[in-house]
Amino acid sequence: MFSKMLVLRFPREIVDKPIISNLVRNYDLTFNILKAQIYPRKEGIVVLELCGNQKDFKRGLQYMKDIGVRVEPVAQGIRRDEEKCYQCGACTAVCPTGALHIKRPEMLVLFESERCSACELCVKTCPARAMIVTFDKVLDI
Amino acid sequence: MATVQKTYQEINEKIRKGQAVVVTADEMVHIVRKKGTERAAREVDVVTTGTFGPMCSSGAFINFGHTQPPIKASKAWLNDVPAYAGLAAVDLYIGATEPTFDDPLNKISPGNFDYGGGHVIHDLVAGKTIRLRAESYGTDCYPNRHVELNVTLEDLPYAVLCNPRNAYQNYNCAVNLSSKTIFTYMGVLKPRMGNANYSTAGQLSPLLNDPYYRTLGLGTRIFLGGAQGYITWFGSQHNPGAPRLASGVPAAPAGTLMVTGDLKQMKPRWLQGTSFQGYGCSLAVGIGIPIPILNEKMAFHTGISDEDIMTQVKDYSFTRPEPLARVTYAQLKSGAITVEGKEIPTVPLSSYVRAQEIANLLKQWIQKGEFFLGEPQHLLPTVPEDDQSVLDPSRQESPPLA
Ligand code: SF4
Ligand code: SF4
Repeated sequence: MFSKMLVLRFPREIVDKPIISNLVRNYDLTFNILKAQIYPRKEGIVVLELCGNQKDFKRGLQYMKDIGVRVEPVAQGIRRDEEKCYQCGACTAVCPTGALHIKRPEMLVLFESERCSACELCVKTCPARAMIVTFDKVLDI
Repeated sequence: MATVQKTYQEINEKIRKGQAVVVTADEMVHIVRKKGTERAAREVDVVTTGTFGPMCSSGAFINFGHTQPPIKASKAWLNDVPAYAGLAAVDLYIGATEPTFDDPLNKISPGNFDYGGGHVIHDLVAGKTIRLRAESYGTDCYPNRHVELNVTLEDLPYAVLCNPRNAYQNYNCAVNLSSKTIFTYMGVLKPRMGNANYSTAGQLSPLLNDPYYRTLGLGTRIFLGGAQGYITWFGSQHNPGAPRLASGVPAAPAGTLMVTGDLKQMKPRWLQGTSFQGYGCSLAVGIGIPIPILNEKMAFHTGISDEDIMTQVKDYSFTRPEPLARVTYAQLKSGAITVEGKEIPTVPLSSYVRAQEIANLLKQWIQKGEFFLGEPQHLLPTVPEDDQSVLDPSRQESPPLA
């Protein structure tokens, strides 16, 4: 079983196509939508966890790319400003996936972007505002 | 063997010669365990401590220099954050928790509190330009009614960090018994005790290493915001009478410090503006205090470990006033505590990593002969050791508010 947290960007032209259901029907993939939004200029963004066997997963990705969906790992759209982060741990109270977690006994606060679901709960919880979400902005380019 | 007795002068002489033995409070735990208090007192001269976390009762005195024509500022703003101007003409006090004048606060709850006095102090120390605006009613001697200036820390004739309450000796562990998430100065607390937040560096924390303040008072030289600063008085809400464990360590919020230092010497890494969702702005302050091992007693106190330090678990939703449990810092640091049969993940708000960094920096400064002990001229109020109110669980302390 293979699974990955992905950000899918749908250009305006294909935002109304049944792409996700095609993934399920034709490529035998399952998904868990974590976030979906349509922006004013009608582009859409979906953050989901996609699961399946590795071969189907690859074919599914290719299908999406072919029809114009931009696919990025979530890790690319969320990062921690290491200059600002002062390693307290406050963010671990809200992080639902354990992407932000504490390594003991050193008490180091680690950020594993591969485990991040882009829920953004840490953004306002972090007193230093060290967690930065960028995928909304990339869309405007 | 004679009992160990050292003076500040003797230890400073050793520092001057590069012979002082300096260890961090983390290291001291192992030294005392291995060698006992007597040998540890003989061998170690100074134990360094550290803490880094939000300390709301912080701020800076600033003098922005006389303008032409002169102004007697009666209202002032730094990057739109109101500063207190009820002092002489161009003296101001900028407090850490003051938000920008147009902050929406908690109108849409929980508010974000993106920028406030703590951020102004950080930006100044980081060398950034600050927009200063002042208004006045005009007098014969100070005719100017309005000035706007761009200032940097370097331009300011005078800037002193002066924090009336820092380095709380122990603090509550906060939980939420209610059924909805609450946003507090102790961070986000999820309903039904979803998390337990605490904010003390435990065995590294300055005041937990000298529980009766035997070496702390006016003139004690400390690490403050990355520079050398001083303890100048006891802090507001200083409460030496809090219940204590048999070791002398308070089991609830107790002593506090007023600290002062030259802002111009400080570093942005050790003074960081913070925003607590739904609560407000603050300033994370880095403080480190060297504890001189004058005698065996000080070796004993600095040798205590996270297993020996306890705090109370308090409900912050106003559901139950009495402490729910007592836990050790070893339990808090393990990642989970059990309260009333429920396992609760623990969340630190003060940075242990930074606290260690401070204790190590201070150790290096002393080893290099760049930092000498300041002998306190006036000790903090304390309680006698023999007539200590050893912790009685039936005795209830109401928690101080931050
Ligand atoms: S809450 Fe912010 S500053 Fe603290 S560890 Fe998490 S990311 Fe870093
Ligand atoms: S956005 Fe933040 S809180 Fe949410 S999963 Fe990622 S790291 Fe955790």
